[in-house]
Amino acid sequence: MRYLPLTPTDRGAMLSRIGVNTIDDLFIDVPEAARLDGPINLPPHQSEMQVERDLFAMAAQNKTASTVPFFCGAGAYKHHVPASVDHIIQRSEFLTSYTPYQPEITQGTLQYLFEFQTQVCELTGMPVANASMYDGSTATGEAVLMAHRITRKKRAVISARLHPHYRGVIDNLSDMGGFDVASPADSVNGVEDLIALIDEDTSSVVVQYPDFFGNIMDYSTIAREVQSRGCLLIVVVPEIISLGLLKRPGDMGADIVTGEGQSLGNGLNFGGPYVGLFAAKEKYLRQMPGRLCGETVDADGKRGFVLTLSTREQHIRRDKATSNICTNSGLCSLAFTAHMTLLGGQGLRHLAALNHARAVHLADKLEGIAGVEVVTPAFFNEFAIRLPAPAEQIVEALAEKSVLGGVPVSRLMPDSDMDDVLLVAATEANTEADLEIYETALRDVLKGVSA
Amino acid sequence: MSKKFTKDHEWISLEGDLARIGITDYAQEQLGDVVFVELPEAGRQVEQGNDAAVVESVKAASEVYAPVSGEIVEPNVKLEDEPALVNQDPAEGGWFFTMKVSNPDELNDLMDEAAYADYVKELG
Repeated sequence: MRYLPLTPTDRGAMLSRIGVNTIDDLFIDVPEAARLDGPINLPPHQSEMQVERDLFAMAAQNKTASTVPFFCGAGAYKHHVPASVDHIIQRSEFLTSYTPYQPEITQGTLQYLFEFQTQVCELTGMPVANASMYDGSTATGEAVLMAHRITRKKRAVISARLHPHYRGVIDNLSDMGGFDVASPADSVNGVEDLIALIDEDTSSVVVQYPDFFGNIMDYSTIAREVQSRGCLLIVVVPEIISLGLLKRPGDMGADIVTGEGQSLGNGLNFGGPYVGLFAAKEKYLRQMPGRLCGETVDADGKRGFVLTLSTREQHIRRDKATSNICTNSGLCSLAFTAHMTLLGGQGLRHLAALNHARAVHLADKLEGIAGVEVVTPAFFNEFAIRLPAPAEQIVEALAEKSVLGGVPVSRLMPDSDMDDVLLVAATEANTEADLEIYETALRDVLKGVSA
Repeated sequence: MSKKFTKDHEWISLEGDLARIGITDYAQEQLGDVVFVELPEAGRQVEQGNDAAVVESVKAASEVYAPVSGEIVEPNVKLEDEPALVNQDPAEGGWFFTMKVSNPDELNDLMDEAAYADYVKELG
């Protein structure tokens, strides 16, 4: 189709038909102060080559995760993604990974979705998983809504150590749906008394594992106490590789497990797109959001795959659907599946062990610096440290030395009174040399602070 | 008493102050093979016209509405393991739940067997 722009005569005819003189008359409802009174202040146009040069020069000022020692986590983790993952996800069998509207014709897509679900079940220790959500935070929001549906209650008790962005999604959904949330006071570690916050209107308790400050807790006892009060326990896993080492949430008795799958197969991607993981107990299968892929046999008895239980979904149940999610992060879930398959169980355990070893090594080094206290007693690949000065300030100073030293808690929890707390992550992508550089840089920076 | 019917294809039969509710033969035929039934728990209060149960077939999922107001007494738990009873025996063994009727006058809003037969005929 050719694009034919309007002539001034066309425009004049349309404007006079609707009864205004100029296009600007259509914007009179925008307050004067908010309107531009001239062209935007931009430099004159340049040649393509010049624009490229300018943009490269600007980009070169960035300190990126792949160019400097990098220790930021807080829900997004830099791992090595093998080049083979990229190769696999571009194979024609998987084109396109867009949500299949005539699903059974795309057996390649359905097979990997089925394998994805199987992997999520094995990782989390849960009997059923769906074919992915948008990301960990929206998966967690959906889990809370699902608990409300199952229990016909409308209040969630949320650990104060759930990632603040995840909490933000739950808050949004709760505001819109007329639901309530409750949380204990902020704390870096120790036991939170979530059970005391349960009332007769409470559907669920949401905990993170490892939590926002890196703590690892066994939630088995909490699971029993939550369930004995008629509520569901939702366990949230933002760093899925941790489950290569840790006890699985399903083995603790979790009712719903959500997670972020970015760590497997996916880069940091500036914060998204990511891939949400969602698994539940089998008795809650029909209340799950999103798509489920099932294994079956065709008329000749051959193995095949179908999308199943779609009668829960929006195109059939309309406003009674379990969720308004209409698609998933298909390409990201494919990359997750490819990476997990390449690793295998043993590979994942090795990868997890390597992450943990690096983080422990880093914690040991940092704790040796005067004024630094590691405040997470047991962790996987991320922990919190307390600094003798505001963490934001230290992180800036470290960046001056080309070290991206972590995420200040105050950036994500500005009201928390934890200005001196820094979240530090180390993965297999950090070399021994990176750890040395970090230790030296932090020592130097802190000398400057105390002087 | 004989059965009464709703425009949403539920039937209700009164046994003392207890009513038994199911879906009609026409409804089960329209749905096709029923694969799942979600039942209300005993003690739940429902108003006339509220969602009380869900019936799911291979091609659709539909609400089953309470034909009258009252309190759910007993869900037919047999349907949980044997949802096909809704297809095989909609008028008897495939009942969904019983309830205590709080306002028997509401039964007057419903159709008798002949009126329902006419109604279904009109639907074609």
